[in-house]
Amino acid sequence: MNWLSQNLHIVGQLLADHLVLSIPPILLSLIISVPLGRLAAGSPRWRTPLLTGTGLLYAIPSLPLFIIVPAVFGFSLRSPATMITALTLYGCALLVRGAADAFSSVPQDVRLAAAATGHSRWGMFWKVELPLAGPVLLSSLRVVTVSTVSLVTVGAVIGISSLGTLFTDGFQRNIDASIITGIVLTVVVAFALDALCVLAARWAMPWQRAVSRA
Amino acid sequence: MNLLIEAVQWLLDPVNWQGENALGMRILEHLGFSAVVVLVAAAIGIPVGTLIGHTGRGRGAIIAITGGARALPTLGLLTIFGLWLGIGLEAPFLALLVLALPPVLAGAYAGVESVDRATVGAARAIGLTERQILTGVELPLAAPVIIGGLRSAALQVISTATLAAYISDTGLGRPLFTGMKTQQYDMMLGASILVALLALIVELCFQLVQSAATRRAEPHNGHQHRAHSGARERIAA
Amino acid sequence: MIEFDAVHKEYPDGTVAVERFSLIVPSHRVVALVGSSGSGKTTLLRMVNRMVEPSSGTVSIDGVDVRSMDRVKLRRSIGYVLQAGGLLPHRTVADNVATVPVLEGRSRRQARADALGLLERVGLDTALADRYPAQLSGGQQQRVGVARALAADPNILLMDEPFGAVDPIVRDQLQAEMRALQADIGKTIVFVTHDIDEAFALGDEVVVLRTGAEIAQRGAPAEILANPADDFVSDFVGAGTAQRTLRIREVDGRSVVVDGDDRPTGVLER
Repeated sequence: MNWLSQNLHIVGQLLADHLVLSIPPILLSLIISVPLGRLAAGSPRWRTPLLTGTGLLYAIPSLPLFIIVPAVFGFSLRSPATMITALTLYGCALLVRGAADAFSSVPQDVRLAAAATGHSRWGMFWKVELPLAGPVLLSSLRVVTVSTVSLVTVGAVIGISSLGTLFTDGFQRNIDASIITGIVLTVVVAFALDALCVLAARWAMPWQRAVSRA
Repeated sequence: MNLLIEAVQWLLDPVNWQGENALGMRILEHLGFSAVVVLVAAAIGIPVGTLIGHTGRGRGAIIAITGGARALPTLGLLTIFGLWLGIGLEAPFLALLVLALPPVLAGAYAGVESVDRATVGAARAIGLTERQILTGVELPLAAPVIIGGLRSAALQVISTATLAAYISDTGLGRPLFTGMKTQQYDMMLGASILVALLALIVELCFQLVQSAATRRAEPHNGHQHRAHSGARERIAA
Repeated sequence: MIEFDAVHKEYPDGTVAVERFSLIVPSHRVVALVGSSGSGKTTLLRMVNRMVEPSSGTVSIDGVDVRSMDRVKLRRSIGYVLQAGGLLPHRTVADNVATVPVLEGRSRRQARADALGLLERVGLDTALADRYPAQLSGGQQQRVGVARALAADPNILLMDEPFGAVDPIVRDQLQAEMRALQADIGKTIVFVTHDIDEAFALGDEVVVLRTGAEIAQRGAPAEILANPADDFVSDFVGAGTAQRTLRIREVDGRSVVVDGDDRPTGVLER
């Protein structure tokens, strides 16, 4: 506790850095994965390549990916763009499958009813498919949120500052309070963002609550 | 792109495949260490997960553990164990075990739990003992999901074993970190590519094993069972 | 008036769902397409609002080929009632009923207000307006489905196994209400069912279909019962079964109608 009170300012700064690195990839992967997932769910021709491709992407370990991404995209190794790109790729790796499952979970008779009442393709997507895919999509988004927050810390070994810096610093300077603070804060941030996802979903999907109460 | 070409050149340079620091040795080290961790995780996780799936007790604990484990930062575990246990293989072993256990547990639990209760009831009704039900009915049917758990544990471990070189000089993380320290970008990138390939190969192997297990568990779940009329009719929207 | 002119539907895998089918559905009449699964009845129904496009032949409404109309506008101009209501599970009852008017640009408030009137019309308590479909009984969902189909005041209603998902008592009740409603609104209604009793209960005209939508017989329910065209129709309507062969027996000076098993079903009025 003593260490923490003396380093509150640094910890606060690292926490802010951490959020700046974790929130954009979560949002970006959601924005990219929803249309790709819809494509995979609606067309067997796209499904296999999309899901296999993203599945393999997920298999690539994070640290090597943090080194390969700048080489491929031409970023500098320690730039935030490296982290955000790599973590967005990871997020998509999980979310494309999640979104595909989510869109496949929309019942066929509901699609039929929406078409019969004269929804256009676009209207069907926004007003019927996306809301009804919501619950399954949410469960993947929560996984992506939590694992993104955790993965950001790995960037510390290549010198990208985040809560992970508390691990590398603490290890080099032999301060376990630093590392423990880092672990606790990472977990807290992960759960806080996770809770935020759940709250947002509850607000966006009122029928879910009503139905589970019934 | 030049960087990538240099990295591939580094990978293909025979010098790097000879002597004390030969890449072949590092690969074996990496895989061997990972395999030991996964085997230990399986030895603990499969019996415990199976038991929970079979009895249904401790469900909540499993869900909490697997959810929480995802949030635990690997590097944090590695460094804190490194500080406490010192330089050596103990710290990474323990950190990796902590990472590998939840997916193995979850796989074993979910696999056994997903077996149709009616099938288990039927097995009990025709007079199988609980032990026979577990080994003869539940485990073979749960095998695909259990292997799925092992698969994500293995991936996680191989991935994190790279990071382990940060605290103990072992595996393929070694050339990666050496390259970073000495600003030899080709070495660093080459090692990264090698780890990525290794992970992909392991992933593909597990995929094959898993689909073989699925074929055994659901032998007739082929394409001929597709619904005939309903599936065909698509709405012209 | 809806006219099917030699419509034909063949799927890419070679199955023929509908083989050169022609039929005229006069305005303000209720026509039941009845047949077992594989008879192509649902395919025919969906051709009217272009959810299925015929491989050849045309469907026209009041002389206009539906293919010349915009698909989405066409669907909004036709009420469609699906089995189990086909409600959108994420919208409240009122919003479900207001679906088409809102899509057509009506203000949400106005559409919701109109929806309440429609709910009353189909015999639902307006207190249900803010519930979600999963909170309703099967019969209530079905009524909401009817209210939604009527919301844009369409000339045509298509009904796909409209009351097939509810229990027999509720079904009888819904059928009776539907007849009363139709007497009032006089829409042109085409509905499909596999249940001959439902076809007889609701249809002014019944079209019995064989596999591939081949017309086995068409006519008023009474005509079909009186003169089944062949064994297929006779089997289908159950002619000759105890339930359909009624006789009169004099009891205490009144004529009691009994079925083939001698069970009384009613009294003849003179």
